[in-house]
Formats: sequence, C-alpha cells, structure tokens
Amino acid sequence: MAIHRHDNHKSANAFMEWIDRRLPVTKVWNEHLAEYQAAKNLNFWYFFGSLAILALVIQIVTGIFLTMHYKPDAALAFASVEYIMRDVPYGWLMRYMHSTGASAFFVVVYLHMFRGVIYGSHREPRELVWLIGCVIFVALMAEAFMGYLLPWGNMSYWGAQVIISLFDVIPYFGPILTEWIRGDFVISDATLNRFFAFHVILLPLILIVLVFLHLVALHQVGSNNPDGIDIYDHVDENGKPLDGIGFHPYYVVKDLVGVCGFLIIYFGIIFFAPDFGGIFLEKDNFAPANPLQTPPDIVPLWYFTPFYSILRASNDELLLYMAIGTGVIAVATIALAKLNTMAKGAVAVGAAVLIFALLNSSGKAWGVILMGLSIVMFFLLPWLDRSPVLSVRYRSMPFKIALALFLVAFVILGYLGMKPPTPGRVYMAQFCTVIYFAFFFLMPWFTSIGKTKPVPDRVTYDAH
Amino acid sequence: MKQLAILFFAFLVTASATSTVHAAGAAGAVDEVSMNMRDKGSLQNGAKLFVNYCLSCHSASYSRYNRVAEDLEIPLALLKENLMFTTEKEGDLMKTTMPMEDSKRWFGVTPPDLSLAARVRKPDWLYTYLRAFYLDESSPSGWNNSLFENVAMPHALYELQGVQRFVGKVDPVELAAGDAHAAEGDDSGANYRIVGDAKFELVHPGMMTPDEFDVAMADLTAFLTYLAEPAQLQRHSLGVYTIAFLIILMGLCYLLKKEYWRDVH
Repeated sequence: MAIHRHDNHKSANAFMEWIDRRLPVTKVWNEHLAEYQAAKNLNFWYFFGSLAILALVIQIVTGIFLTMHYKPDAALAFASVEYIMRDVPYGWLMRYMHSTGASAFFVVVYLHMFRGVIYGSHREPRELVWLIGCVIFVALMAEAFMGYLLPWGNMSYWGAQVIISLFDVIPYFGPILTEWIRGDFVISDATLNRFFAFHVILLPLILIVLVFLHLVALHQVGSNNPDGIDIYDHVDENGKPLDGIGFHPYYVVKDLVGVCGFLIIYFGIIFFAPDFGGIFLEKDNFAPANPLQTPPDIVPLWYFTPFYSILRASNDELLLYMAIGTGVIAVATIALAKLNTMAKGAVAVGAAVLIFALLNSSGKAWGVILMGLSIVMFFLLPWLDRSPVLSVRYRSMPFKIALALFLVAFVILGYLGMKPPTPGRVYMAQFCTVIYFAFFFLMPWFTSIGKTKPVPDRVTYDAH
Repeated sequence: MKQLAILFFAFLVTASATSTVHAAGAAGAVDEVSMNMRDKGSLQNGAKLFVNYCLSCHSASYSRYNRVAEDLEIPLALLKENLMFTTEKEGDLMKTTMPMEDSKRWFGVTPPDLSLAARVRKPDWLYTYLRAFYLDESSPSGWNNSLFENVAMPHALYELQGVQRFVGKVDPVELAAGDAHAAEGDDSGANYRIVGDAKFELVHPGMMTPDEFDVAMADLTAFLTYLAEPAQLQRHSLGVYTIAFLIILMGLCYLLKKEYWRDVH
C-alpha cells in the first residue's frame, strides 16, 4: 500500500525516515517544539505553564507509588497511610511529595491563571485555551477534594461531610443527590471507595485529556506574550515571526531554570516543613476519622478557602446588601447605558425578580449559589473583558486598580477561610465577597473606560 | 515589575492581618518545650519513660519496637530486656496489653493511641499537659489537669513529679510580662511552680525535683515528637543534600540558558 501523505519535515536519518513514514514523530516534534514559535520576551510568569505539567507528572508518579501500599477501606485507610509513612522505604517521601505536590499544583495553577489575566491571554483568539483551562481548574478541585478524603483523618471525614452536604440545599433533589454521591446516608466506606476510584483513575484521565486539549488549542492560536501583541504581524520571507524563537531549545532550557527554582522551594518544604505550619497538612487530620467527634474548626485546605469564605459569608444580611446592590446597578444601567426601551424594560424586570428572590430565600442556599458562581465567573472572563489592549502594561488605570483590589480581596478571603468565623471576620468576608463579584460584574465597564497606553509594534525585549 | 508590586501589596495586607490575629492570641496557655531531636540520650530517656509510664494504657500502634531501637541507637538486647514489656517479637507494633473494653469501663474512654499525639497536639501542648496534673477530690480519678479540664486520665507520673495542689490561674498580663515565674519558690518555703497559665504548689515531693521532672518531660515530649514522625530524623539531612544539588543544578541550567540565548537579539 502506498503511503499518500507526505510533509516537508526532513527526517534526521534513514531510521527516522522509516518511522516518519508511519508515525509523524519528526512532524510533531518540529511543529510543537523545535519550530513552534513563541515570543522571545516571555518572562517569569511564563514558567508556570510548564511547571503545572511538572506538578501533574509528580502527582501521577508519586500517586502510583502511594497506591501500591494504600488501602481504600474505612477500617484500614488511616493505618495504611501511617504504614507508608513509617514502614515503606521512602514512603514518607512519596507521601510528602504527593501532599506538598497538591498544594504546589494549586500555587502554580493560580499563578498561571493570574498570568493569563494580566497579559490578556484569555482574550480573542485564545478563549478556548482559557475555557479548557477553567475546566482543568474545576477538575483539579474535584481531584484534590476527593484525594483529601483518602487518608481518612478526622478532617478528611468532616471536610467531605460539610462539602457534600452543600448539595442538600438544592430544592427537592438535594437529599437524594447527596445520598447518591456518598453511596450511603453518611460518609462511609462506600464513599471512600468511590472517591478512591475517581481520584486515582477517572479524574487523572480527564485531567490528562484536558491538558492535551489545552496545549493543542494553544498551539493552534499561538502563545501570547507580556505585550499582548501578535508576533505573526511581523514575519520574515519564510513566514517566521521576527520576534519569535523556537520553543526548543530556547524555552526548554529557560524552563529548566524555572523547574530548578520550583524544585528548590518544593523540596525545601518537603524536607524542612512538610506540614507547612498546618496549612498543607492539617493537624486534625492526624487523628483517624471519628463520626462522633467533630474537629473544633472544619476548614478545607488553603486552595479552597477563598471559595469557602464566600460560602460562609452568605447570610441574610448579605442578601439584603445584594438586593440593594442589584437595585443600584439596575437603576444605573437604565439611566446611563445606551439601550433601547425593550432592553431597559428587561433589565428592570430581571432586577426586580432577582431582588424578590434575594429577599425571600435563605442565606445558606445563596452561599452555595455564590460559591458556584464565584468559579463560573472565571469562565466568563474572555467576554467580560472589553479592553482594547490585552496586556496590563498598556491597560487603563481603572483596570489596574480593580485588579489590585480583586487580588487583595481574594487573598483575604483565602486567609479568612482558614480561620473560625467571628462576627468581624464574617463582615470582612462579606466585604471581600462584594469586591470579588464586583470585579467580574463591573469588568465590562471598567475595562472600557480610562486611557490605555499605545501598544508597541514589536515585543519589548532587551538582549542581555 | 508592576505586577510584582501588586502581588507584594497583596501579601503585605495578608501578612499584617495575620500578625494582628497572632498578637491577639499571644497569651497561649502552653509552655515552650526545649528539645533537641538529635540528642539520642534525650530520646532514649523519653522512650524509657514512655514504655514504663504510658504504654501500660496507651498504644503507639503504628510504631514498631525495632524501628524505634534502630532510630534511637538502642542495642536490640537492651531493647528486649528493658523496653519491651508487651511482646517478645521486636518487629511487633507497640500495642498496650490493656483490653479496650476494660479501659473504656475504667476511665470512661479508651486511652487514645499516642503514635501521632505530637502531630495532633503540638509538642508544647504535650509538655505543658504532662506537667499540669493536680489533686482534685471532686474528680472520679482524684486528679485533674489545668490545661485539659476534667480529663479522664489520672496522673500517671505522680511518683516522679510528686503531688501538686492547684493554687489558681495566673493573670495573662502578668504571665506575658514574665513576672509570674519570678515568684516561683518564694521565701515562705512553699514550692510554687507555674505551668502554662496555672500556679501550683508541690504538697508532696516526688522522686524527682521539679527541675529534673521538667527535663524528663521534655525528653518524653521529644520522644513523642519522634514517634509522630520517625522520618524527621532522616529528612533534614537528605534535604540538605537535595537542596544543595538543586542549587548547583540551577546554576548550571542558568549558564546553559545563557549560552543558548546568546543568539537571541
């Protein structure tokens, strides 16, 4: 049978030619590494993409070794983790690499997402890269949540209990749904076994597929850069961008430096502070799961706490503020926005319905809705952002102020989520929740006002 | 640079919020334990106290005798003769021989496993707790504890410490200022001692002086800390080599990057 498809990628030798005629190794290597063009001015923030892949690999490899000794059984799970920590040679290292790796993964992913926001990597034409990334983030949260049940410590147990119970607020279907998720009326052996199945096979598979799609989508449209300009606007006679360099070897060797920096911090924590002061490994999780004894404060791990804070911030008082806020925004929209009468009527009716719903429902139910919404907002970002420029370097002052406020609110929410609630802290969390949502809801407005700086023609780069 | 400034600002806000909270909760009722995890003698003494005074009721059921002997450099013969009272096999887990149903009946609660006590409670807490038992006629066991009110556990170490009488709580302000400890052992000859935020009088001396007992409890706390995470004895030394290797590797990678990037203008 004749081989019909040919491409002009030159094989290195006869052996590779034999391979390339049957499997496009050289083609893929060239298109996605050696000849994949990235802007030459990618900075510090661009380390976190490759580091996220490294974190995924670390989690999978250490996870395989942990699975060899872990017992997904409510009667044996806790002891099997201690067996790994004590009796399995270097089991403690695998376990700490996995537990610290989970936190490291989130650190890297949060920084990676932040990079996307500040350089406009979520904007056209990279909306799908961003959306797939958001799905990865949600899948990663599910993966981490289910993994946290597996050590079967008391915080594992009660954390899962609290979070799964959230589905109880769904009208009518809630109780049936929570029972279906747990496989029992309470968190039990059935829950542990299914979470184990999801954690070690289902979600890792989903994550790997999503990461693959994330990269395919990225390579379809090309990488962004800190100037937020298209490097293909200026190409040489061969169609190669003037400001582009091949990912391999340039960014491979550069990312190696980033990898070393990451590993120094990562192993520094593993070897010298694996609990990270109770933030990466909570002290209450060193006691076995006890359905009769609730830990003094049930707190999720740090990477969930901003969203957990939003959940807890919601009470009837907050709903009143939200109703007032909805009214103000609706009136402002009707008075100021250039809309026709139909649209204005729709805004008025929508606002009235929302205000009515807010004033006639419970704060707890809205907490769940707000928490879900706080994550959904990330998906909408490519369309909420109306700025004529992509990069924060050339954005208007209102955007920079809003971003700074959002960042501070996000970090404070994360901190408050780790602490038991007091009236003062709840008030603070409510204030930060308002800032959090205002950042997204007001984004179409504050990204379209203010004076942006002129965007350069070519990327900004000083050769060292 | 601007983004870094924004990040820095965010951390600054968080850090200041954190420090305010810590300042508010500074009057912690626990004493700081001074222990040295490299001091094998101290850990061995802690192990001796543990098997003699704790293991009769509490288990350390994730820990094995021979691992403890290996880590603490105790010869196997000495281990078998002096430290193994619950089993003959040195590879066995350190389990108490007290049946759980009995202990539940006697104390109202099964004594908790101590393998991970130092990770659930912090070492400072353990050190304070072990020294804070006092005579209390109203409690079922005849003992109470100023750090853990109405604890079911009787004072297992009273023959070493002696018997303490609870004098009263110390004012947190005075405690923070450090004035309280100055009054220990005043001219009236009474032997006062401050443990955590409570003031005690030693009404009946034990086999040890109060200072000797404090050292013994620091040893026991060190052993419990070791017991909670035996790997901590290895991970520091392994960590130093790993980090040193990575720093050198990072330097080499940086030079490699510079070399490759020379032709990027």
